[in-house]
Amino acid sequence: MPANPEPAGPSATLPPRAKLAVTAGKVAAAVSRTAGRGSGSVIGGKVALRLDPDLLRSLAENLDVVLVSATNGKTTTTRLIAEALKAAGPVVSNALGANMPAGITSALADGSDARFGVIEVDEKYLVGVAKDTAPKAIALLNLSRDQLDRSSETRMLAERWREGLQGSEAVIIANADDPLVTWAASSCRKVVWVAAGQAYREDAWSCPSCGGVMQRPGEDWFCPSCGFRRPQPHWALQGEHVVDPQGQGWLIQLQLPGRANLSNATSSAAVAAVFGVHPQIALQRMQAVQAVAGRYESVQFGGREVRLLLAKNPAGWLETFTLIDQPPAPVVLSVNALSADGTDTSWLWDVDYERLVGHPVFVMGQRKLDLAVRLEVAGVHFQVVETLAQAVAAAPPGRIEAIANYTAFQQLRRDVRG
Amino acid sequence: MSESALRLVWVYPDLLSTYGDRGNVLVVERRARQRGLEVARIDVRSDQPIPTSGDIYLLGGGEDRPQRLAGERLRADPGLGRAVENGAIVLGVCAGYQIMGHEFIDDMGQRTPGLGLLDVWSTRGEGARNVGDILAEPDPRLGLPTLTGFENHQGVTHLGQGVSPLARVTVGGGNGTGDGTEGAWRDTVFGTYLHGPILARNPGVADLLIKLALDVSALPPADNTWYEALRAERIAAVQQPAQ
Ligand SMILES: [Zn+2]
Repeated sequence: MPANPEPAGPSATLPPRAKLAVTAGKVAAAVSRTAGRGSGSVIGGKVALRLDPDLLRSLAENLDVVLVSATNGKTTTTRLIAEALKAAGPVVSNALGANMPAGITSALADGSDARFGVIEVDEKYLVGVAKDTAPKAIALLNLSRDQLDRSSETRMLAERWREGLQGSEAVIIANADDPLVTWAASSCRKVVWVAAGQAYREDAWSCPSCGGVMQRPGEDWFCPSCGFRRPQPHWALQGEHVVDPQGQGWLIQLQLPGRANLSNATSSAAVAAVFGVHPQIALQRMQAVQAVAGRYESVQFGGREVRLLLAKNPAGWLETFTLIDQPPAPVVLSVNALSADGTDTSWLWDVDYERLVGHPVFVMGQRKLDLAVRLEVAGVHFQVVETLAQAVAAAPPGRIEAIANYTAFQQLRRDVRG
Repeated sequence: MSESALRLVWVYPDLLSTYGDRGNVLVVERRARQRGLEVARIDVRSDQPIPTSGDIYLLGGGEDRPQRLAGERLRADPGLGRAVENGAIVLGVCAGYQIMGHEFIDDMGQRTPGLGLLDVWSTRGEGARNVGDILAEPDPRLGLPTLTGFENHQGVTHLGQGVSPLARVTVGGGNGTGDGTEGAWRDTVFGTYLHGPILARNPGVADLLIKLALDVSALPPADNTWYEALRAERIAAVQQPAQ
């Protein structure tokens, strides 16, 4: 795209300062792209926000904004909601997952004639972005431990959400199966509860309200000390169906694998309904979504089929293990510990690698030796390799499931492109 | 549960399990089984009583509020104290280490009594948080090689006369008192700021706990290939940080 300084679409109705900021942001983004530094969306947003700190607010003013936040699944769910809402009007979205204020600003500045802004937001920025964008709906999917040497504990995040969203006019679409999310949402005025499931429960044994020990019989949960309990859900994921508030079930047919995505689709259907999109229409549209930013993508590499799976934290790894092919499907694990991944690898011990027993496993990445010790203790058979090519050459037949954390995943995507 | 099993008690996984603390439990379990020992692992949630008959007790890390709750519940339960009187082995990491001392600072900034199992007390550091890889040379009486781990804490722990430092820091913060000490120990009770988790990075410490529990001076050999490779890599990485 040439560096066209002429702003288009709704930005034509922006105040002059905002127009200039959008233009400056686009120029910066184009320069960054030309210099080969990625899409330029974040740098563009940063330049624009510096010129006009109210830019995000101005850009959001003419949009029906939906915010999506969670520890896991926010990029995919943002994509599913965006697809579903296209049934009701044009959508602008930060589809590339740039989910902090600069990236969000940049994405919205690109939205020409959009009616909806569907925005993924980093957990730590949710409250601020919600204040700036006056969203019509906010989807809260899950909260669990993530990159612990960088961010605060999950309960503190829930507390920040709870305090910051209290006065929000938005309809909050919240996962009733996640006690921390429920705690965050339960002081809001308008909440749509979704029984979307919770596979990883290790951060949800202590009552977020009083610190009591949570009881979890079956699907239910409650705190015997203070009475905080699971709300009655309006929407539910049941098997492969979304059950709507009228009790009617709708079959979910996604190209994306796994229970976590059924859960994401359920929350997305509940969000779409807020804007009058019928669940059947919403789900049909979601079916079109294939890989999201390369996640779940099956590629050919070294004459073999390799599926690329991203898992950034214990809950994400657990969800990933439930969707991989049965043993003896070969599995490649790659873990890095750059700052974007968190430099502390102790989280490896919170992941149930015992589930990989029976799979031939290959480990790689900067922290392959941490993985080796982890797998040795788990009783999993593994080989340490230097490259994906080595793993693929040594892997027995079958589709290869390659699971990696954040920067290791980016590396795998580069590896398979050759 | 067999009478001859090694009873391994994980104290309050619902509150004290933040930085891969489960790893310490898994490593003790694995290394004991590799030596042909039967292991009975007992996970004790914070609404359950602490058994007094365990051989090894592990307490992990926790953020400020869970640490306060764990301290309150452990003080109300005589189980751990009785176990220590009976000679049980205890390893506390981060919040678990602080709770074993005389007092620590809770999430409201208040001085809160601990269990007094170690003659230490903890305050909150004024400076930057100690976050990162850490290396330390253990007390020679313990017969252990260099300790490697990862620390992440604001707390500062002061040692009294009744304990010895577990190790001397060569890289990292340790107790944060500025005197280069890391952790504390006496008899069968150990406290440390090292996670990593510590036993995965230092299988010698896991073996020490097992030896103390069995009251033996040596264990059959175990395959340490991957542990040694990881240790060598981490020690080298810390000594020559990447540019
Ligand atoms: Zn409660």
